[in-house]
Amino acid sequence: MTGNESRTDKYFGQALKRKEDPRFITGTGNYTDDIVLPGMLHAAMVRSPYPHAKIGGINKESVTGMPGVVAVLTGQDIADAGIGSIPVGWLLPELKTPAHPAIALTEANHVGDIVAVVVAENRALAEDAASMLEVDYEPLPSVAFAGAAIAEGAPVVHDDVPGNVAFNWEIGDATAVQEGFNAAYKTVKLKLTNQRLIPNAIEPRASLAQFTPASGEYLLYTTSQNPHIHRLILAAFVMNIPEHKLRVISPDVGGGFGSKIFQYQEEVIMLLAARLMGRPVKWTARRSEAFVSDMQGRDHETETEMAVDKDGKMLAFRVNTLANLGAYQTLFAPAVPTYLYGTLCNGVYKLPAVHVKVQGVMTNTVPVDAYRGAGRPEATYAIERTVDAMAHALGEDPAEFRRKNFIQPEDFPYQTPVALVYDSGNYEPALDMALGMMKYPELRAEQERMKGSNKILGVSVISYVEACGLAPSALVGQLGAQAGQWESSLVRVYPTGKVELFTGSHSHGQGHETAFPQIAADELQIPIEDIDLVHGDTGRMPYGWGTYGSRSAAVGGSALKVALQKITAKAKKIAAHLLEASEEDVEHENGVFRIKGAPDQSKTFFDVALMAHLAHSLPDGMEPGLEATAFYDPKNFVYPFGTHMAVVEIDTDTGKVDLRNYGCVDDCGPLINPLIVEGQVHGGIAQGAGQALWEEGAYDEEGNLLAASYMEYTMPRADDLPMYQIDHTVTPSPHNPLGVKGIGESGTIASSAAVANAVLDALWHECGIEHLDMPYTAEKVWKAIRDSRAGMGQAADD
Amino acid sequence: MNVTMNVNGKPYTRDVEPRTLLVHFLREDLLLTGTHVGCDTSQCGACTVHVDGEAVKSCTVLAVQADGMDVTTIEGIGTPGDLHPLQTGFWEKHGLQCGYCTPGMIMASAELLKHNPSPSEQEIRYHLEGNYCRCTGYHNIVKAVQHAAEIMAQGGQAGGQAADD
Amino acid sequence: MYPANFDYQKAASVDAALQAMADNPDLKVIAGGHSLLPAMKLRLAQPPALLDIFNLEELKGIKEDGDFYVVGAMTTHADVLRSQLPLFPEVAGWVGDPMVRNRGTIGGSLAHADPSADYPAAALATGAEFVIRGMGGERTVGADEMFLGMFESAVQHGELLTHIRIPRGISASVYEKYRHPASHYAIVGVAMARHADGQIRAAYTGAAEKAARLPKLEERLNAGQDAGTGLVEGADMLGDRFASAEFRAHLVDVLSDRAAKRLG
Repeated sequence: MTGNESRTDKYFGQALKRKEDPRFITGTGNYTDDIVLPGMLHAAMVRSPYPHAKIGGINKESVTGMPGVVAVLTGQDIADAGIGSIPVGWLLPELKTPAHPAIALTEANHVGDIVAVVVAENRALAEDAASMLEVDYEPLPSVAFAGAAIAEGAPVVHDDVPGNVAFNWEIGDATAVQEGFNAAYKTVKLKLTNQRLIPNAIEPRASLAQFTPASGEYLLYTTSQNPHIHRLILAAFVMNIPEHKLRVISPDVGGGFGSKIFQYQEEVIMLLAARLMGRPVKWTARRSEAFVSDMQGRDHETETEMAVDKDGKMLAFRVNTLANLGAYQTLFAPAVPTYLYGTLCNGVYKLPAVHVKVQGVMTNTVPVDAYRGAGRPEATYAIERTVDAMAHALGEDPAEFRRKNFIQPEDFPYQTPVALVYDSGNYEPALDMALGMMKYPELRAEQERMKGSNKILGVSVISYVEACGLAPSALVGQLGAQAGQWESSLVRVYPTGKVELFTGSHSHGQGHETAFPQIAADELQIPIEDIDLVHGDTGRMPYGWGTYGSRSAAVGGSALKVALQKITAKAKKIAAHLLEASEEDVEHENGVFRIKGAPDQSKTFFDVALMAHLAHSLPDGMEPGLEATAFYDPKNFVYPFGTHMAVVEIDTDTGKVDLRNYGCVDDCGPLINPLIVEGQVHGGIAQGAGQALWEEGAYDEEGNLLAASYMEYTMPRADDLPMYQIDHTVTPSPHNPLGVKGIGESGTIASSAAVANAVLDALWHECGIEHLDMPYTAEKVWKAIRDSRAGMGQAADD
Repeated sequence: MNVTMNVNGKPYTRDVEPRTLLVHFLREDLLLTGTHVGCDTSQCGACTVHVDGEAVKSCTVLAVQADGMDVTTIEGIGTPGDLHPLQTGFWEKHGLQCGYCTPGMIMASAELLKHNPSPSEQEIRYHLEGNYCRCTGYHNIVKAVQHAAEIMAQGGQAGGQAADD
Repeated sequence: MYPANFDYQKAASVDAALQAMADNPDLKVIAGGHSLLPAMKLRLAQPPALLDIFNLEELKGIKEDGDFYVVGAMTTHADVLRSQLPLFPEVAGWVGDPMVRNRGTIGGSLAHADPSADYPAAALATGAEFVIRGMGGERTVGADEMFLGMFESAVQHGELLTHIRIPRGISASVYEKYRHPASHYAIVGVAMARHADGQIRAAYTGAAEKAARLPKLEERLNAGQDAGTGLVEGADMLGDRFASAEFRAHLVDVLSDRAAKRLG
């Protein structure tokens, strides 16, 4: 590892084991479903078994007499209560957004859409009644795939979205791209499917709501990555309740990966039910419900074309994508396949011209929104798959072809043809480190040796850049975001010198409770044991926007840094006053404030904290207390980058692909906690490898989910994956006070392309196969090999 | 129906419906919420506990079937002051992120180490095929189990109830 | 995730269990419960009453009886895995996962006759016999007569599979499996055993509606030939999203070849 050595911090950069872990390893974590409130009722959802159906009568009486049943709620109850549609949080020009009621009123639009809710004394009785409720459905024609949905005469999902097209969006200069193609020495063209994925955080979603009539206050415990966003949407747009009367608590959350960002129907229903019943109401998803109700990911049908000149320098890149949005648009849905995708289709290359066109299409499937990487894995896949195809067409080594097209260090800040300004980067060192770490030439030699046998080897080298640390607010506002994207932090120092940090970021596995105190312990120069982080409770934290888009460290961490600087500035003033010195003569070192040149004259942080609160002797005009809040809005995204390499072995008799090795070199700037960073990379790799090799949220053409349980949806298991080799380069972000960039999504952004390219590398070298779509299931690979060998055999015979 | 169980060394008697799954009995009747539910097809392993010393998926055992048995959950395998080597291993090696699968991972791994005190990487991976983790990519889970095996080989004590398993 | 409600009783003995079943035709037998309970949790199965035979000591454990091992139907996969039985321990290692193997039973699995289960191939390859008891007495069914169709075994309503008799003279055996990537059930499993008389028996599971012998393969191997290809008809195979009938037929060939080479 390089880069962190220059820091003199005590905690920043240390691989500390996590402060939050003791509760998790002893089973004393506190997840939403663990919470019990007195008098609590339980809800069970009645979900549409049809992809598209008119809802006729709902016979509430069919279950109201059943044991323990307290109420049945339908779309009519939602309408009668004046509850609004769940809004979209990112608007594009001329975006068509169909209404999204908390309970479907007239039409169910996907399998799993909620048509009624049973509230009962316990969960078993609620499920009993939910399974018996009589609902008249009139099935309607339905459509699952984006390509089919825009065809002439396709079933229409929503009458107010004619032709099922929610938006048409483009970025880049189409004319410049065409000129590039006109001047091309060689071009390649690929048709790619980036398949539907199902996030599958292991903790299913859950919500528990309580209403206190005396104060008119609501309390909502929910599995959320961003409790303030939930509160804002629920209060201002859906429930019409004063924002300060709703407290949203997101306690321990068992993984999110994007799927717990969004405003879901069930949270609205729990709040209404709690008010109507006058008792707390809880709902916890079964896994089979999660499959048909958690927002899903990816699902692009894409055509890419690349042009190069005779030296193999890239001239132009063209992308045409159909993005399947599913049956409704949720919080970030329109942004994911546009601003988080099209703008990244430039990759790490000096591309004179790029043009990306995206059509957003509604279908009768579970809605699609941000899933780990959100648009950027799709972009990386589109360009990196095409780059490999071009390297093959040119007969060049894929690593060297990339290298000669890289944006160079002196080019930064680099304006791409698709809007982004990459602020910093240095792509070759990461490439070279990865090639060395994985012993690239030896792998190529081994590949040659294995050729023709029934075990073949594939090796990939992909380089990526991503934009994360979602912010700055003014820019995302221009692009259509209906929310700010800054972050806040509050630092509260107690008279005893103990410190609480509050952040609008949320940790659901990312280790904030360790990483944030690491930042604080260095700034305050006190032991990390004296510092705790509080997050996930709108009743305790200042306003914030939560955790998604790899923004916690870069935006939330930076907000913390600014707040800490306010604390130390004030502390220094108090210390100077106590030391009867001028502020300029006081230094803050080794945990004490002391007079320069008189090291025995010092005050500890505790002395200062105590006096700030006793206020017996403070500088003239200074307010007592030691507490600071900062709201930090960055100047730009941050741009992590790196090189990932996958090595696969394919059994040509069965088509089974084994991921044998995986190595990567990422650059996320300085590492706050290398243990946590590496954990994020590991998990990201597994999710991307999962997409490349196993996972597929398969639907039939009418919209019935075929992969609706773990019996049919392949989750990566321990025995499917290798140990990963990981290293880093460190190029600090030039514009935030920590220099940090995001790392939560990089693994996923790079790894689906890396594993896919490794499989195709094997198939290309063995039998000239140019492309196959993910996931590389055994039969698909076996058939491709068999067919190409048959074709080659035939060609030789001719 | 009345069921009586020794859970983490303490006897409990409760009246339950026959349909009550062991995991619901633990979570809802005994408020031992360290044992989690991650799926409904008996695959994810988040609900793993020990019944009479054997690791089982408590979502696929009825409470009435465990009548009269000894049950150990994550709350009983070690305590904050006396961690089981696996709890130490998961902590030291960053074998968890969101923590949701962790109790099941630890309980499943405990059974492995009971039968195989120094498992290879492949043996660990094979043994954990019934425990899903979405956060870690399994890398650090493997290292956590290896670390625990080393602690135990050096005479590290299994805390709490684990010794009885 | 709650099953629909049901009545529950534990059987005190095999005789008592048979009597209870005779008295109440709605009674559903639960053994390890690892096929039944998942179906009940999803309410795909809603039996009104369960009869639990899991703890019947008379149905547990492995004994030797002349030329046979006699395996109690309630012996868990984990106990099978750790046993000295031919072939079955290797197969048990492919069933479910360690927790499933601690609860699931060999008898429960075989009586259930899941076409994707692993044991049926082993039973056919070893020529196991099934001891089935009803109110009218006990009968023994050969492996070739045990698996009648999808989820249909020779165990009739009102009967219990009590023991599995496995020949002792098997000198070598192997199991090759291509597992379903998601469920880990068998897409194809091929089991092979060399018997006391030197003859090889082979069978497959997962590929079709029921597990079955591989006569063409046995003939070739017993004639000293290679396994070859075309061992089953593609038309007889099952097909789904993960493996077409054609691919399953191909896998039967590939796994048979691998099994034969390992058997030596």
